[in-house]
Amino acid sequence: MTELQAEQALEVPHEAKTRRNRDAVIALAVFVVLALLPAVFSSKLLLDFVIRCAAYGLFATSLNLLVGYTGLISFGHGMFFGLGAYGFGLMMQKTGVPVPVAFVATLAITLVVALVIGAICVRLKEIYFAFVTLAFQMLIHSTILSWVSLTGGDQGLRGGIPRPPFLGIDLSNQLHLYVASCALLVIGLFLMHRIAQSPFGYTLRMIRDNATRASFIGIDVWRAKLTIFVLAALFASTGGIIMALFVSGAYPEFAYWTISGEGIFINMLGGVTTFLGPMVGTVLLLILNDTVTRLTDYHGLVLGIVILFFAIGLRKGLMDFVVEWYAQRRNGARERG
Amino acid sequence: MDLDALTGCLASSACLVTQTTSGFIIGMLLFLVAVGLTLIFGVLKVVNFSHGAFYMFGAYFAMTAYQFSGSFALAMLCGAAGTAILGLIFERVFMSRVYGADVLMQLLVCYAFVLIFDDVVRMIWGPEFKSMGMPAAFQVAPLFIAGGVVPPYYLLLIGVALVAAMILGLGLARTRIGKVIRAAAHNPGMVSALGINTGLIYGGVFALGGMLAGLAGALAAPVRSLTPGMGFSVLIESFIVTVIGGMGSILGALIGALLIGMIRSFGSLGFPLFTEGLMYLFMVIVLVSRPTGLFGKEVA
Repeated sequence: MTELQAEQALEVPHEAKTRRNRDAVIALAVFVVLALLPAVFSSKLLLDFVIRCAAYGLFATSLNLLVGYTGLISFGHGMFFGLGAYGFGLMMQKTGVPVPVAFVATLAITLVVALVIGAICVRLKEIYFAFVTLAFQMLIHSTILSWVSLTGGDQGLRGGIPRPPFLGIDLSNQLHLYVASCALLVIGLFLMHRIAQSPFGYTLRMIRDNATRASFIGIDVWRAKLTIFVLAALFASTGGIIMALFVSGAYPEFAYWTISGEGIFINMLGGVTTFLGPMVGTVLLLILNDTVTRLTDYHGLVLGIVILFFAIGLRKGLMDFVVEWYAQRRNGARERG
Repeated sequence: MDLDALTGCLASSACLVTQTTSGFIIGMLLFLVAVGLTLIFGVLKVVNFSHGAFYMFGAYFAMTAYQFSGSFALAMLCGAAGTAILGLIFERVFMSRVYGADVLMQLLVCYAFVLIFDDVVRMIWGPEFKSMGMPAAFQVAPLFIAGGVVPPYYLLLIGVALVAAMILGLGLARTRIGKVIRAAAHNPGMVSALGINTGLIYGGVFALGGMLAGLAGALAAPVRSLTPGMGFSVLIESFIVTVIGGMGSILGALIGALLIGMIRSFGSLGFPLFTEGLMYLFMVIVLVSRPTGLFGKEVA
């Protein structure tokens, strides 16, 4: 190794550290801005909107870890969203443990379920992976529908989820719930960004681009895929928990395959090549959904045409488009200058 | 869970015949939808997520044609021909633009059309449940086979589906067009280099797939209620069928469809609430033990 290379090698950890610090600062700043938002705009609708964005945003971004970073097109990621909502709701209704305990326990359940399902699914390739995850999603959905004594069947978990205050935080208060959701969102995004930027994150990209090559240089592809499958499930479950807290209940639709379909759609809308693409997609889809349902009864028609515009017209997500456009402009400026 | 009902039924020949027939018609309708799906996948390598919409349109076309003409045969013809034209337009105008693109893009275009088609049906025919009604020719006393009740229309339905399966199977295996289609599935570049218009084949296969789904919808119209979004559960089930049978295999689709039909029919006795769960469970078991399905070819 020459001196120059050694120097570069030494520089990398330092660079990674500053990047981590920068991420943490950005995350903190975003959280402060979001937390101060209610002081400026007192609209309850806006707070509700941000809480929904937090729930779907965590879900969609975690799906992007699978779809965009690892190339695992999961059609059943919504099962973990539903699992989070039902696990948390049931825990609060049946046992009456404090909120943080229920939160951790729900994540623990998700971890076990995701390990079992993931161990079976990640063996399969491409379209078969998509199908078997879809099958598991529907299996969980059917179980929820048929296990009436526990889950309330097609009525969902009714009667509200008790949200006893803890550490001075009262989640039945909208403002408290809002701040807690923002905190979960920001922490979740920060952690996922760390995962995406870590050496493990780059291993995932390599598996996406050439799994054979990855396994030839000694990477255990199955284990790496399983790890990211479980991690993504945990974040999706967190999104489900926020949703359950928000609606104070859990419904079979949370575990239906359309949630997974929407997740994929959000990813396409925002773009899978940038980390924040799914977040942008979430905001776009929720705004689109809200305005379209208000304006017309033919909600699917309008939404379908918008999707067609993105799929056939742009052929990429909004953030992909913006990033490319920006890169082109910068290159253009450099050539001129 | 109600295992007594299931064992009780298995012991009585009347119940056995009734449930088997109902399993057969579920299976045959699913087969017609699934075989189109599997054909389109085999040749175009596209998973047609909007295939359920063709089933839905087939049913609505048939109902409208029947209301105007009163002729059952014309209704079936309209259902099948209408969806064939729709499939051709859909493929040539929209799907052909995303062949080279990401699988996700293809799925999205289909997803968009699922939403659009459902709303179009809601606009034209209204959101409420519709029913075509049983044609007069079939309003006769049901047959009794070993004590089980079999409506004559069910026999027609099973017969038409079997004939369609045979024509399709023989057509693909023996005719020149069938050979060209199989060649295009194998190596489209070579086929087009030999001077054959692959675009035409792609459009044709899509139209054929749409037609089969439309025929299934038209056949189902007298016995099922019609509603926007009716294609959806059929779509999911035919996915299960194609996955179980193996993507691209016609025989696999037939066997898979009959298996699912029987699971639905007998499962609804033993596990009334978990019937769908049984199908997914079955799919998981098949996929885990044989990822390419029962009759699928091993993909390298």
